[in-house]
Amino acid sequence: MNPPPPDSSTLEEPVVDSSRAAKLQADLRKLDADIQAPMESFPTQRWLGAFGLAQIGAVIFLITFVYTIARGIGVWGNNNPVGWGFAITNFVFWIGIGHAGTLISAILYLLRQKWRTPIARFAEAMTIFAVIVALQFPLVHTGRPWLAAYWLLPLPNANNIWVNFRSPLLWDVFAVSTYALVSIMFWYTGLIPDLAAARDRAQHRVRKLVYGILSLGWKGSNRAWQHYEKAYLLFAGLSTPLVLSVHSVVSFDFATSVIPGWHTTIFPPYFVAGAVFSGFAMVATLIIIMRKYFKLQHVITLDHLDLMNRIVLVTSLMVGYAYMMELFIAWYSGVVFERFAFMNRAMGSYGWAYAIMVTCNVILPQLLWFKKIRRTIKFMFIISIFVNIGMWFERFVIIMALHRDYLPSSWHDFTPTWVDYGMLIGSFGLFFTLLLLFCRFLPTVAIAEAKMDAPGAQPTGGHHE
Amino acid sequence: MSDRKVVGIIGLFDDPDSLIAAAKKVRDTGYTKWDCHTPYPVHGLDDAMGLKPTPMPYITITAGLIGGALAMYMMYWMSAVDYPVRIGGKPYFSWPAFVPITFEAFVLFAGLATMGGMIVLTKLGSWASPLHDNDVMGEVTSSRMGVVLDADDEKFGEDSARDLLGEVGCQDIRVLYAADDEEA
Repeated sequence: MNPPPPDSSTLEEPVVDSSRAAKLQADLRKLDADIQAPMESFPTQRWLGAFGLAQIGAVIFLITFVYTIARGIGVWGNNNPVGWGFAITNFVFWIGIGHAGTLISAILYLLRQKWRTPIARFAEAMTIFAVIVALQFPLVHTGRPWLAAYWLLPLPNANNIWVNFRSPLLWDVFAVSTYALVSIMFWYTGLIPDLAAARDRAQHRVRKLVYGILSLGWKGSNRAWQHYEKAYLLFAGLSTPLVLSVHSVVSFDFATSVIPGWHTTIFPPYFVAGAVFSGFAMVATLIIIMRKYFKLQHVITLDHLDLMNRIVLVTSLMVGYAYMMELFIAWYSGVVFERFAFMNRAMGSYGWAYAIMVTCNVILPQLLWFKKIRRTIKFMFIISIFVNIGMWFERFVIIMALHRDYLPSSWHDFTPTWVDYGMLIGSFGLFFTLLLLFCRFLPTVAIAEAKMDAPGAQPTGGHHE
Repeated sequence: MSDRKVVGIIGLFDDPDSLIAAAKKVRDTGYTKWDCHTPYPVHGLDDAMGLKPTPMPYITITAGLIGGALAMYMMYWMSAVDYPVRIGGKPYFSWPAFVPITFEAFVLFAGLATMGGMIVLTKLGSWASPLHDNDVMGEVTSSRMGVVLDADDEKFGEDSARDLLGEVGCQDIRVLYAADDEEA
């Protein structure tokens, strides 16, 4: 760099290094182009193939959903003691998946963890789609979803009776629907400036029109940014206690009952830790594919994945601690039903599911202590898939507590039917359909936030606080 | 169209330091109807522009408190006044059981008000602006930063505005015209 000529120091304005400004301009334009590239090109065969597979799953979901409603929920494997089978397992599983998205977008934002920036948008999208999928299960479990509004919401009706506000199932209705709405608003708020950037890059008239309408006429005005940034912060502040409350309320569905193995105070934190655990694993699985496929390795780097793996490891330890504490308390309580419930959980008819759960959730993730494994795509991908399997089985194991309750005469094992399996597989199809459409039409990385953190994007002298 | 109405002047910058310097200068000159347009939020620009703090937090907390109060009142009225049912031997107004829904309603109302308040305060939902009409929009949503001096400002003059932006070292100054008026 050449020293500036001596008389230039008399200028009033800050001395602007023009090469630095040029570099910033190039960086910002490259971010725009890289992140929006998948939206601007014609779908590749691989995308179409993945979408086709997801569509098959979604169709299976639709068929099993309609079949269940037409024939009644008797087509499932549910029976008298096991009133909650796959449907609630899937519901808790998908809600849990969603929680990592909010943790990344809201909690890590409040904690000013800059590494969240490139993964936040994608994780938040995953949250919304997971919640949409999760909501299908309680809805279909009501048997007649078109009447469900009367059982779920306090609506005036001919009997003049109201819903029972003391029931945790009703708390769940409010918690999950609030969670879905606030997550969608938070996500959309984040999207507005990026939709405006997409609008201004669009060549085609229809694209320009659609992104133009969706971006609500955003102009990048600083008088708008000022309110916008505060609104975003407030959303993060609202989402943080919200996400903790949602899975706590989900755990109340179990914990406030009198079923042995369910009636424990450890459930709320245990469920939240498990949700973050499974959600982070799902984000890792998906983002490993996404970054490779969309060539975003320089935006979502190995360091980001390493940090995510550390969170998976920490939450794995929390979950493992909860499993041990459950066993200890069951023994320490001296209650025969509790002791039996946990002996039966580990060694009974569904002992194999308990073994899968412990292996996938506690033993395998210990490999992440090794730096080499945390930073090797292949290993972390495999581990993240096992964690997802393990966390599905965790919910299954908890719900199977129902098959041996207080009264031996009513004991009954649970055997899923083809409709149960169809809905489980189909729910993945529905989820991936939504996710693949998102990757196609919306920016998968928050562009404005990525630009904000680009080197030299913030004023040098003006930094205060 | 040679005699199109001038609605303002935009000066485009390539780096945040020059933008901040320009914003301070414009603020000190006494302009009131002007704005900065950036592709991402620039730290310190609010102060440089002399903006008042945003009322967003008050909107959020007010709506949240109203939502929480309404929810608690609704549950009280439905469970203890309109159709009392004794459940589990609890009092009709067993308020601890109503806390989760009160909290969720707080968050729901606060969230809706945050979204609504943000849209109103940032004047979203208006698709017409001098920037859209003059094709500089794409510059400031992708990488560059613009200072716009509005022609409605009483200090505004095409030449004086040009001089002001030139003084702060702006290399790229453009005049913004009104959109072709279809009725005229």
